Amino acid sequence: MVQISRRRFLKIGAGTIAAGSALRNAARLTEPARAAAESGVRTVPTFCNVCFWECGAIASVRDGKLWKIEGNPLDPLSHGRLCPRGTGGIGAHFDPDRLRAPLVRTSERGEEKWRAVTWDEALNFVAEKMQKIRNDYGPESFAFFTHSLGGRFLRHTLRAYGVNNIAEPSFAQCRGPRDVGFTLTYGDDVSSPERTDIENAQCIVLIGSHLGENMHNTQVQEFAHAVGRGASIIVADPRFSVAASKAKFYLPIKPGTDIALLLAWMNVIVREDLYDKEYVGKYGFGFDQFAQIIQPYTPEWAYPETGIEPEAIRATAREMARYRPATLVHPGRHSSWYGDDAQRSRAIALLNALLGSWGRKGGLWVPASMSITDYPYPPYPEPRRPAADNPGNRYPFADESVSNGLREATITGRPYPIKGWMVYSTNLMNSLPNQPETIRAIQNLDLLVVVDTIPSEIAGWADVVLPESIYLERHDELHTGPFKQPYIALRQPVVDPPADQKPNWWIAKTLAEKLGLGAYYPWKDIEEYLAWRVKSSGYSYEQLKRDGVILGPKQPIYFEDGAPVTFNTPSKKIEFYSVQLQRAGFDPVPQYTRPDEGPPGSYRLLYGRAPMHSFSRTQTNPLLMDLMSENSIWLNGNEAARLGLKSGDYVRLRNQDGVLSDRVAVKATQRIRPDCVYMVHGFGHTSQGLRSALHKGASDTQLLTRYKVDPLMGGTGLHVNFVTIEPEV
Amino acid sequence: MPRYAMAIDTRKCVGCNDCVAACKTENNIPLGYTRDWITEEVHGAFPTLQLEIRSERCNHCDDPPCVSCCPTGASHIHDRGGVVLVDHDKCIGCKACIAACPYNARYVHPDGYVDKCTFCIHRVEEGLDPACVAVCPTHCMHFGDLDDPESDVSRLLASRPFHALIPEAGTKPCIFYLT
Ligand code: SF4
Repeated sequence: MVQISRRRFLKIGAGTIAAGSALRNAARLTEPARAAAESGVRTVPTFCNVCFWECGAIASVRDGKLWKIEGNPLDPLSHGRLCPRGTGGIGAHFDPDRLRAPLVRTSERGEEKWRAVTWDEALNFVAEKMQKIRNDYGPESFAFFTHSLGGRFLRHTLRAYGVNNIAEPSFAQCRGPRDVGFTLTYGDDVSSPERTDIENAQCIVLIGSHLGENMHNTQVQEFAHAVGRGASIIVADPRFSVAASKAKFYLPIKPGTDIALLLAWMNVIVREDLYDKEYVGKYGFGFDQFAQIIQPYTPEWAYPETGIEPEAIRATAREMARYRPATLVHPGRHSSWYGDDAQRSRAIALLNALLGSWGRKGGLWVPASMSITDYPYPPYPEPRRPAADNPGNRYPFADESVSNGLREATITGRPYPIKGWMVYSTNLMNSLPNQPETIRAIQNLDLLVVVDTIPSEIAGWADVVLPESIYLERHDELHTGPFKQPYIALRQPVVDPPADQKPNWWIAKTLAEKLGLGAYYPWKDIEEYLAWRVKSSGYSYEQLKRDGVILGPKQPIYFEDGAPVTFNTPSKKIEFYSVQLQRAGFDPVPQYTRPDEGPPGSYRLLYGRAPMHSFSRTQTNPLLMDLMSENSIWLNGNEAARLGLKSGDYVRLRNQDGVLSDRVAVKATQRIRPDCVYMVHGFGHTSQGLRSALHKGASDTQLLTRYKVDPLMGGTGLHVNFVTIEPEV
Repeated sequence: MPRYAMAIDTRKCVGCNDCVAACKTENNIPLGYTRDWITEEVHGAFPTLQLEIRSERCNHCDDPPCVSCCPTGASHIHDRGGVVLVDHDKCIGCKACIAACPYNARYVHPDGYVDKCTFCIHRVEEGLDPACVAVCPTHCMHFGDLDDPESDVSRLLASRPFHALIPEAGTKPCIFYLT
């Protein structure tokens, strides 16, 4: 199977010239004559879209040309400072590889041969195929994969058409296990942006979370501030991350053993009576059973599992207790690692509960929100069949669609056939593990539509590619965030798109009209819609256009200040012992299972983020590529010496299933354990259209052929692959 | 007369390169070139390690060899703040300054002249911080007047341990790294 798919990948290469020339022709046909009349500097407030943090920003245009973008000082997320991706975000406008016109496939799927067409032709084609799928199979047989705010209008169109299979890989491939683990414990998740009070924490515990490399702007700002004021930082990570270098305690944990460490920490805190008795007594459910279950998990028990000395476990547990409740055990974000991730996240939730930090200053605050009126649309049709991603409630605690479940349904045709996919702003080839399975699913489709700004790998497999204008060229849905202080933010165009790219709202509305669903878009254009929502909510659209951000009323965000104390669990308390888990046949208190070992001589493959790139979508942004143009493979220096490798040597990685990576440079470093290797996600592109990123570095996703599904919620544990290293000769 | 300098807090810096990105957009630096960059220095063996991350650039030295060696006077000390600048029109691209600079802070711009960090003097003269300082999400960079004891830079240097780069070159650098 792997070999067949390898050939398919090579086939992608055959389309180079065709893909390139179609793109160039499209450019020639549609490049508008740009008015050069503008002179001087003008600024436009908007918000960033290089990642989902969506920071408020102010873009500057000088002599008609996009010049720079800076943080909006009024914005509570950026505080006037963007992260490097945000600062370099303007490069996306100039990206020479971006999609320029709608494309219709002219050859085999995946060969990337295209014909540039008009929007009318492209959307007619899509609408016709969608009507046929609806007639032949029913609207439930069409699925939508999406990410972030920009997919809202397309979601609306598809809901109106009858789609109920809507999945965000950000659930099952990323934050889902964490959200489920916290919801099982507190009845609520940690939301996004996370409710972490890093700003006021006295002690911050990071478990694999590499803040500073992982550039969630507000969190990094607050983390640096915390370091500056001398907060106690505890980092458990197989890699000496940047955050580890700021830590008072660095615990070089063996990968996959975090639950053992968490149990031992809780064991010490309970055994030494260091927990917040009043808080646990008032809000906790099942503490006695919990305490009994964790009794055997001493630091001595955890030591051989984790490699962390018992005294270091004790010292860090006491350190956490010393600063409680202003101790934040960070819930992390990308948490689909080992297949028992919801339980690991639940252990993190429980440790926070012992420290009394949920709802408390310096822990995890209670989000404040403001209500923004929804536009009054007609009701969506009722789906006739339940969603296909989780048949029989196989993953009983999945509270969002499971993207890999939807892929599986597309492959098997069960519980019913899935015949069409629309994919918005998520490069499924790089966001779902096991690329051959994604390709098998695609081969069962009658229609694959990709809406994107660049010719991503998933676009390479599409029948129709619809080029979206980038965030600096379009309006978007309003951004309303529950946060420390609630806010509403506006994205508005700064410059025109360079060719025939269109905003997502226009694509969604025009497609709806072609599907006979015009009644779902009673508004003429986006500003009418946005202004209606803002005004109906009692705010001034003019002010929002001028300032970019409007702050809502301050509210108490800590229990001690009167924030609402609600736990939406079955017991209406913090569930130290979970009866619903026990009834469903799962551990009511998280238990540790030893991770599988790799074949002898192999290294566990770990991956993470770099501060200057977002996922696999920024590698053709010339400004960001100038900061980091390829990834490298981190390898412990002693291991490198043993293999006769030094930094800068090129190697290929071969995983346990025989898949061989693109060439990638070694980073021989003391900053990682000898039993694992690490690379930054998002590189090693194979789409011929991504000319400036093609084969630069290696793709971790390509090597993630194995994944371990979380039985609670369907998430895909991805840190379960092993590689050997083959020198390039 | 001010004497401009920077104090950069290596404890807070995460090496994110935002300073580099901001410099590039603010000053329209051509792709493939840069006026500032990140250096990482690792000491020790796993797991007992120290990591120092530094945002580096021209040190705007008090005794700049790049100025004394310049045959045309293009490389000069600005009359405000002691900032070392290159007059692009006077520069003949002979690269003597590049050879003289111990910090590798200069490059030949594709238009033929030598270029480097200006401390964003165009911003400073409008009362703004240099772009790298203003963008930094960690607030690790401080720009100010060494001759003003009340400036951020002076206060930090008075209260925190710090080091400068290659002091033995004797150029009297004006970028200080707080440790
Ligand atoms: S964190 Fe960075 S990339 Fe993400 S929205 Fe903010 S500035 Fe943009």
